[in-house]
Amino acid sequence: MNNKSKKEDTYYESIIKKGYSRRDFMKFATAITAFMGYESTMVSQVVKALETKRRIPVIWEHFQECTGCSESFIRSDHPLLADLILDNISLDYTDTLMAASGHNAEEAKQESMKENHGKYILVVEGAIPTKDDGVYCTIAGRTAVDILKESAEGAAAILTFGSCSAWGGVQAAHPNPTGSVPVDAIIKNRPIVKIPGCPPIAEVMTGVVVHYATFGTLPELDSMGRPKQFYGKRVHDSCYRRPNFDAGLYAESFDSEEAKKGYCLYKLGCRGPVTYNACGTMEWNNGVSFPIKSGYPCIGCSEDNFWDNGPFSERLTNLPGMGIEATADKIGKIVLGATAAGVAGHAILTNLAKKKEMKAAHRMADENKKRIKE
Amino acid sequence: MANRIVIDPITRIEGHLRVEAEIKDGKVVNAYCSSTMVRGMEKIVEGRDPRDVWAFVQRTCGVCTTVHAIASIRSVEDALGIVIPPNAELARNIVTISHAMQDHVVHFYHLHALDWVDITQVLNADPNATSTLAQSISKWPKSSPGYFSDVKKRIKKFVDSGQLGIFAKGYWGHKAMKLPAEVNLLAVAHYLEALEWQKEIVKVHTILGGKNPHPHFLVGGMASALNLSDAGGLNIEKLAHISKLLKEAHTFVNEVYIPDLLAIASFYKDWGAIGGNKFNNYLSYGDLPTGNYGNTDSYKWPQGVILNGDLTKVHPVDLENTSEIQEFVNKSWYDYTAGDDAGLHPYDGETNINYTGPKPPYTHLDVDKKYSFVKTPRWQGKPMEVGPLSRMLIGYVKGIPEYKEIVDYALKTLDVPVSALLSTLGRTAARGLETKLLADWGLEFFDQLLANIKAGDTRMANTEKWDPTTWPDEAKGVGYMEAPRGGLAHWIKIKDRKTENYQMVVPTTWNAGPRDPKGQMSAYESALIGTPIADPENPVEILRTVHSFDPCLACAVHLYDEHGKNISQVQIGGSCSI
Repeated sequence: MNNKSKKEDTYYESIIKKGYSRRDFMKFATAITAFMGYESTMVSQVVKALETKRRIPVIWEHFQECTGCSESFIRSDHPLLADLILDNISLDYTDTLMAASGHNAEEAKQESMKENHGKYILVVEGAIPTKDDGVYCTIAGRTAVDILKESAEGAAAILTFGSCSAWGGVQAAHPNPTGSVPVDAIIKNRPIVKIPGCPPIAEVMTGVVVHYATFGTLPELDSMGRPKQFYGKRVHDSCYRRPNFDAGLYAESFDSEEAKKGYCLYKLGCRGPVTYNACGTMEWNNGVSFPIKSGYPCIGCSEDNFWDNGPFSERLTNLPGMGIEATADKIGKIVLGATAAGVAGHAILTNLAKKKEMKAAHRMADENKKRIKE
Repeated sequence: MANRIVIDPITRIEGHLRVEAEIKDGKVVNAYCSSTMVRGMEKIVEGRDPRDVWAFVQRTCGVCTTVHAIASIRSVEDALGIVIPPNAELARNIVTISHAMQDHVVHFYHLHALDWVDITQVLNADPNATSTLAQSISKWPKSSPGYFSDVKKRIKKFVDSGQLGIFAKGYWGHKAMKLPAEVNLLAVAHYLEALEWQKEIVKVHTILGGKNPHPHFLVGGMASALNLSDAGGLNIEKLAHISKLLKEAHTFVNEVYIPDLLAIASFYKDWGAIGGNKFNNYLSYGDLPTGNYGNTDSYKWPQGVILNGDLTKVHPVDLENTSEIQEFVNKSWYDYTAGDDAGLHPYDGETNINYTGPKPPYTHLDVDKKYSFVKTPRWQGKPMEVGPLSRMLIGYVKGIPEYKEIVDYALKTLDVPVSALLSTLGRTAARGLETKLLADWGLEFFDQLLANIKAGDTRMANTEKWDPTTWPDEAKGVGYMEAPRGGLAHWIKIKDRKTENYQMVVPTTWNAGPRDPKGQMSAYESALIGTPIADPENPVEILRTVHSFDPCLACAVHLYDEHGKNISQVQIGGSCSI
């Protein structure tokens, strides 16, 4: 991958276009070299830097997170992480990988944000605590809220990697002790792409970045702000165990004969029917498997409020979007035809229906929170 | 005269860590370590189904992405008296080992190496000389002059672009950087190779747990059911995939990681006398049962405590004994109902967050008061270091042959005394040596799994107590394991089939805790004392020692001048933030 389609000129190209000569450019380069405090022997390197095509600057903020999204990101197979950071993007700030620490790290970020104002991509990993003036996450003595507002200001777009920055995540689960919120609760005036998941699949994250680097635009989003190409389908609709669901073949307990045969995990609590993600189509770690394939029910980790929609092991009898009459219990093997009809039904769900599901999920979360309190 | 410097954020860790240190005559004379982020995980799991808690607490750390989940399911199994089938025990061991290998390699190359390796020196390296060096220390095939020449060209192109990305403002050209240019090129080439390898080994988790990071787990065993006659289960194709990944890992560790570690360490032997904790206490809960989890004597990673640097005796540990492990909050932003100087055993632990630090934005923490979101655990009132060094020492002192053999080999190769283990260099070396053992054990456990299956045992889970109606009204249990960063334990109290109280004491809590009521430092702070600082503006030496612990929390180090002027801040990336 390269960023051929990127229209931005290098510094050299831009000043030549403005009518300056090569000689003017060299003078400028010499002056800027001295200004930056470098030895005069560095002039040629500065010249090269100004002539070379720039990679897309990326600032990656880490707030209330577990760093699982960063860990997933570095597992990317296509593109490989090394290719991405050496050839496509300039990862100018990230707690997890950058060499510099402390004030050196903060300076690197400030310089990049200033130099690339309006052009850099801001990645946010983790939620933002707002309770008690945001004291529950500070970096270099500043609150996450404060840092986010500053970094968002000059961002061309914001990518929220993971369910924490997209929805609030685990820290926002009841009772949300630190008042955690997602990015869009604070930033209202920048394009935000939600890339939920706990964590998201590696190639979904790098895919969005490469999409921007290759085509110069953000990918098409659904009404929830998620890239359609990755979040357009339910896990249930792309699940290889789906034929078992349709045939009413369920595993009733773990390690049972039915579980060994790969029967549907719906009765063990699988959230596949209410979860929009690419696990069934792309699978994890370069297509090796996904939870259902390895015998574990989906916990719905890319959905808003999934943490409060437990217990995970309990099947949801009133699945939003499936209709109360369409619960697996009632359908069973006998009314197979009705199941098939249901399948067709939810395969063509529109965004409107997704919103209904979201509402239902919120309602269920509220009920669950009450239950936890009791 | 003492300088005080601040390092915040400390990068290349998981989480948010801040360090404040006082420097006198070019050495650290005092240090304060602070975690500046909290989420309240222990409060969040209260009232939840104990069978779900693993998923919540797993999100404590995405770097140690398996460990909290395993500690959690073990705590529930302990509370309910569930014994898991041998295959599940073996599968969990294989998960733990593949994770520890991945984590240690990523720590060495991607989190720690840039404290020792000067990437800009790559441009001065001779690829032929690098090739000769590489071939003299390893039979790893990617070691031709052409290969290193290509890596050098790639780095040159990157540097010439002027956009240094993650390498901007690193500690390049720092006085403390000692490697010859050729070794730097070797290390950078393997930085890139390790990045590719680490995404392979985690596929073991994808097969057994569905994904990585954050594979799924199950109270009672593993949900990855065995079935050799169906595509639906864990069949021979998937087992063969695991086998291949474990073999590749064995090769990578033995032919890349270990030779690089010893080669780089040989230029930094002075760090064998720097960065040891001053109390010399080491703790390991032990893990990797070869029989079952209940039999601690069967563990590959031994259990025990070493006190006061006495390398002749290992003391026993009891996690249930309420007078052994206690947590203090006298310097942490929490309240205890019994008062701030009380020590609470985790069964009776409390998580009442109460931030009393400075109002942000701030330049200094008031270290005379409370200064961290990390609590301070103690074993019989004593600070403990946990991690690979503790495990290797305990195995060594117990005289376990494979530990003796590998430790003695490393000491001999580097020509350093046993005391050099109790240092920054020792900590970093122990992590590598442990990985070599793990690579062997992974294959061993896999062979046992195959033998069990061959003998007709295909059980992967014990589901007798899956149904909560089979549970007693009240139960409590502890689940422990050895995470890459050290001993990890979760304590659960279950009442009316719900989680009543949940407490986690994580490795970084042991190592990074603030001072206790007796004023005793924990491992990070203690280890930093005496660390030489060549340039307080660029205190890479502090990063070396803090990173040698592989911090897993958001934490910061601050260095101040004698007038309290904040002259430097270093963020150490990484965290097990609760």
